Amino acid sequence: MTTITIDNVSRWFGNVVAVNDVTMSIGPGVTGLLGPNGAGKSTLINMMAGFLAPSTGSVTLDGTRIWRNEEVYHHIGIVPEREGMYDFLTGAEFVLANAELHGLPDPGAAAHRALATVEMAYAQDRKIDTYSKGMRQRVKMASALVHDPSVLLLDEPFNGMDPRQRLHLMDLLRQMGADGRTVLFSSHILEEVEQLASHIEVVVAGRHAASGDFRKIRRLMTDRPHRYLVRSSDDRQLAAALIADASTAAIELDWSEKALRIQAIDFSGFTELLPRVAREHGIRLYTVSPSDESLESVFSYLVTA
Amino acid sequence: MYNPTVARLTFRALLGRRRALILFALPALLIVISVAVRALAGVDDNVTSDLLGGFALATMVPLIGVIAGTGAIAPEIDDGSIVYLLAKPLKRPSIILTKLTVAIGVAMAFSAIPTFIAGYILNGNSQQLAVAYGIAAAVASIAYAAVFLLLGVVTRHAVVAGLVYALVWESLIGNLVPGARTLSVQQWSLALAQKIGGGDIVQSDVGLPVAIVLLVAVTVAATWFAAQRLRSLTLAGEE
Repeated sequence: MTTITIDNVSRWFGNVVAVNDVTMSIGPGVTGLLGPNGAGKSTLINMMAGFLAPSTGSVTLDGTRIWRNEEVYHHIGIVPEREGMYDFLTGAEFVLANAELHGLPDPGAAAHRALATVEMAYAQDRKIDTYSKGMRQRVKMASALVHDPSVLLLDEPFNGMDPRQRLHLMDLLRQMGADGRTVLFSSHILEEVEQLASHIEVVVAGRHAASGDFRKIRRLMTDRPHRYLVRSSDDRQLAAALIADASTAAIELDWSEKALRIQAIDFSGFTELLPRVAREHGIRLYTVSPSDESLESVFSYLVTA
Repeated sequence: MYNPTVARLTFRALLGRRRALILFALPALLIVISVAVRALAGVDDNVTSDLLGGFALATMVPLIGVIAGTGAIAPEIDDGSIVYLLAKPLKRPSIILTKLTVAIGVAMAFSAIPTFIAGYILNGNSQQLAVAYGIAAAVASIAYAAVFLLLGVVTRHAVVAGLVYALVWESLIGNLVPGARTLSVQQWSLALAQKIGGGDIVQSDVGLPVAIVLLVAVTVAATWFAAQRLRSLTLAGEE
């Protein structure tokens, strides 16, 4: 039981379309679900986890429907994003309860093993409401691993973790992927996904924007047109000199801003060109700022690409 | 159909939260009032019936029912921790039946038993009043637990809805509109008390056969519907 298939799935809430006709297949190894906040990542994960019915289309695990089928939880482990988790229990009691709910033959041993895997044995007898966010995250992880699932779904697992905890969780997920498990995690941070995932699915505004390995996604992201806002001692002369080079696609003299708006095609070529041209013409650069480096604009480029 | 782990979690959640204070406060109040009445007014069957019917059965039992019934599931749905029950190969009806069992147990322990004790304090079970109201409270606890557990599954405002039902419908409208009493858990259980209690002290607006049919029907229907709703419970879909 290792492949989750999402087939022509849409999901809307009232008039809001959260997921729009997405088709993707998540197989063994680590897959990153990348997208800005509000892109529909959680909605997708909730559908894969059986907590939400698709409005249209189907979500299946090796051909078995997931919605309203509690048998799939023998094979799926879930790390939810929300924090609610029986805070009045200790970490050990919480993981043990999860092991019992799975009907494992030896829940005590399974809980012990899972807590050791996430390195939480040292704090297992403290109440959960005394835990830091990173500790809670690891106990959630232990509860998801306790029945040794072949599929692991994690919604924003790195949120609130410190760098050391982050590295540890990454190692753990990498290991699980190498063992042949299907590991899917969502994130809105490209670097996080890039470090961990061998395969990336990008969603933006409910749509499936891109799919592939991280090099391909990275190239799509860096090869897009870059926009800059530049102010100099002689905007018009600078514009004339820059447009002659193949790395610029368009230049606009913005009178209200008293600045140049430059669209570059070749990122590395342009960053080398601009200071050289300025020096050759004796032009002073006052401002050079990228005007669309926000993640949202990177993503929205991917959607139209 | 009964899961001991679910029961343990539910039980600890019910008695571990602040709302548990009300579970202790209401029965304690009933006992204190009973002791005071007995000391000041002596043994009087009519006073006993008024207090057990007017405060215990009409106010305390439904309030305890609201706390036990909604408290058995609503907080978990609210804070999202229900995920840890739902992401398990557990039949949804067994989750509901287990939680219902715990809710009934807690409701009975905190309403039926204190009612019975209060009856003994007030008139030493003369005319079987302590037993009559104790059993009526126990039966009402079952129906209330089922109804308010369902409310806990279907609405985010289960406690408010439960209080409105318990206080406005059962107490207020029941007193003003005689017809409304026919559709009242309180009246159904009173029918039982009327059968058990001696003399004509206990009065219900509903006949016993009708009352029993309605009690069973409401309990079963609410439980079945709660299980159905839990099967398709949608978790925090909106982003």
